[in-house]
Amino acid sequence: MGNKVLMKGNEAIAEAAIRAGCRHYFGYPITPQTEVAAYMAKRMPKIGGTFLQAESEIAAINMVYGVAGTGRRVMTSSSSPGVSLKQEGISYIAGSDLPCLIVDVQRGGPGLGGIQPSQSDYFQATKGGGHGDYHLIVLAPASVQEMADLTGLAFDLADKYRVPAMLLADGTIGQMMEPVELAEAQEVTFTEKPWAVTGTKGKREHHVVNSLYLVPEELEKKNFERYERYAAIAKNETRWESFMMEDAEYCVVAFGIASRVSKNAVVAARKEGIKVGLIRPITLWPFPKQVLADAVEQVKGFLCVELSMGQMIEDVKLATGGKREVALCNRTGGMIMSPEEVLESIRKLAGGDK
Amino acid sequence: MTTQILIAGFGGQGILFVGKFLANKGLLEGRQLSWLPSYGPEMRGGTANCSVVLSDDPVGSPIVHKPDVLIAMNLPSLDKYESAVVPGGTILVDSTLIERKVTRTDVKVFYVPATRLAQQNGLGNLGNMIMMGKTIRECALVSREGIEDAVRTVVSAKHPELYDVNLKALQLGYEFV
Amino acid sequence: MVVFEKPKSLTDKEFHYCPGCPHGIIHRLVAEAIDTLGIEGIAIGVAPVGCAVMAYDYFKCDMVEAAHGRAPAMATGIKRSLPENIVFTYQGDGDLASIGMAETVHAATRNENITVIFVNNAIYGMTGGQMAPTSLPGQVTQTSPYGRDVKTAGYPIKVAELLSSLDGPAYIARVAVNNVKHVLEAKKAIQKAFENQIQGKGFSLVEVVSACPTNWGMTPQKALEWVEEKMIPYYPLGVYKDKKAEKEAE
Repeated sequence: MGNKVLMKGNEAIAEAAIRAGCRHYFGYPITPQTEVAAYMAKRMPKIGGTFLQAESEIAAINMVYGVAGTGRRVMTSSSSPGVSLKQEGISYIAGSDLPCLIVDVQRGGPGLGGIQPSQSDYFQATKGGGHGDYHLIVLAPASVQEMADLTGLAFDLADKYRVPAMLLADGTIGQMMEPVELAEAQEVTFTEKPWAVTGTKGKREHHVVNSLYLVPEELEKKNFERYERYAAIAKNETRWESFMMEDAEYCVVAFGIASRVSKNAVVAARKEGIKVGLIRPITLWPFPKQVLADAVEQVKGFLCVELSMGQMIEDVKLATGGKREVALCNRTGGMIMSPEEVLESIRKLAGGDK
Repeated sequence: MTTQILIAGFGGQGILFVGKFLANKGLLEGRQLSWLPSYGPEMRGGTANCSVVLSDDPVGSPIVHKPDVLIAMNLPSLDKYESAVVPGGTILVDSTLIERKVTRTDVKVFYVPATRLAQQNGLGNLGNMIMMGKTIRECALVSREGIEDAVRTVVSAKHPELYDVNLKALQLGYEFV
Repeated sequence: MVVFEKPKSLTDKEFHYCPGCPHGIIHRLVAEAIDTLGIEGIAIGVAPVGCAVMAYDYFKCDMVEAAHGRAPAMATGIKRSLPENIVFTYQGDGDLASIGMAETVHAATRNENITVIFVNNAIYGMTGGQMAPTSLPGQVTQTSPYGRDVKTAGYPIKVAELLSSLDGPAYIARVAVNNVKHVLEAKKAIQKAFENQIQGKGFSLVEVVSACPTNWGMTPQKALEWVEEKMIPYYPLGVYKDKKAEKEAE
């Protein structure tokens, strides 16, 4: 075992971001993710970074937009209602083809909702969220270790493909502590990006960071180009975990905290003789469609376990093409299903077919 | 093996702290574990609870729905969680603050007047650590060996004077019969 | 002998502004300040949403295009990332004083070391002449067809006065561009707002009382007269806040 420390999920995000070379954080207080801001407020001034408590979520994301335009690693974090406010800025950042990290530690909604954990921002995160044709790379951590690891990965992927990335967590993983092994700190390198605004120094044509294209042919071309990059992301960066799937006859699909609860249920169901496994999407966009499409040949039915009224289930149904039953086990509004509830749904899906 | 522990009481009783101690002790022993607090407005003066899972395998759900061990530090907590404890599980009761007895007969029960013991021994409100000392002895969640290191980890560097009292409280609970 | 030439820091792109629109003059004043101070190579401009939305085509320095009202927030990010660069925003009244008021006030109160050029022409130009936060009482616009009724639409926001009540900002001035004398004063104020940033003094905002002949429904000449007769009495010119001057006076 390496050098493990106990950390809250939210703190692991902040420390991992710093280690990934992020030196600019802008945020606004909202439960249950305030630890990210508190951690940054403590650390950034000590390492020559920027922590700024913005006047609003809207201002915070536009500060992110500014730093992203200069080619530096930058992030913001919030929870569901705050992330709704950020959507305008996220759309502009996507439209300007800039990298950055947005963290959503989800709570129950809609509206002011509640402060307990939820996964009901799935549509908002994976289908765009703001206006226009775009996607975010959406990563869904299921442990404190992944809060750290996927934060680093999010920065790398955002930079590689020039798209904003989102870490879609929830209040439980944000608030819980687990042992975590942190990556070595990366040196902060400021290589001049060929598109960044840093001042022309009188040596080159001016760079313009912009999402405005009044000539529709140009805007269409831009969007087509962006979707070619999205296709490359889908091809190269789709990630998932398969758990007990080798001989599975039924497949649970769950991400984040719901996948943790589901694992308990899968283990319990196996003890009853039900051959069930779990596929856990780690990237929610791109969604691991192919692995689910392949599973259609192997399993008799799917069970989506979600903390929402059923959002990811739409993608599972698309991926499986209506060839198998896709059942839903869900809680919402900040409630979390127990392993027993998931087990009961597995039993029902298996229908006594042991 | 996996053990699920639920610690519950009022905000201000050090519920999360004692959970952190347990989690750190588990970490020092190389166990797999998770620590999950209740969060939100109820933390301030209302009920507070903390789920700790210790395991030899990767921890599945960090949420303790059915505790193997319940440490109840006030009456509302016992009322709420008594029925959730697994048959054969253990309930530890702070008998200074909870006057009633546990009604379940299929669980082990230990009554510790932790709040009174803490006051009598000049340990302020360290009833939480007295309860933990007793828990370590009776439930063997973690080893008695090396509790000093775990206390050192959780006591804030700003308040080194808290090391001795926390350790003393743990020992008091461990030795309480 | 060259008697007149374009500032170096303007591109050759033709302005899209309407005939008689003072945006051209104000762009020029900003470019002249950039030229005079020799900062084109380190300047980064933030264009607004409004008539000046395509300002990024006109300035030769690096440029970004902000969301509506968010230019001060975006400029904050840029300046925090690149403190050695010179960052300015160029914003209209709807952008700065309506949808972006929070960003404006907070950038000012943080004394963000940026330069803000605020063009107040008392109307939304780009969308075709709607009431602005700075439209005068009684002013007829597309969305105040019977004249701005202060009982229902409230009073105009005096941005220079409002911001100068804050402890944060370094420099707040109001100028106009309706005659040669005012243009020369405006040029000085804009240059000072950039110099302040170079010297690290902080948030410097120049409110430029401007005109919109097209949406005011006037000839350019008549519009300039209206600035003198109606706008300037409501929006008095002058320096509203100058931290350095205050210090010296103490």
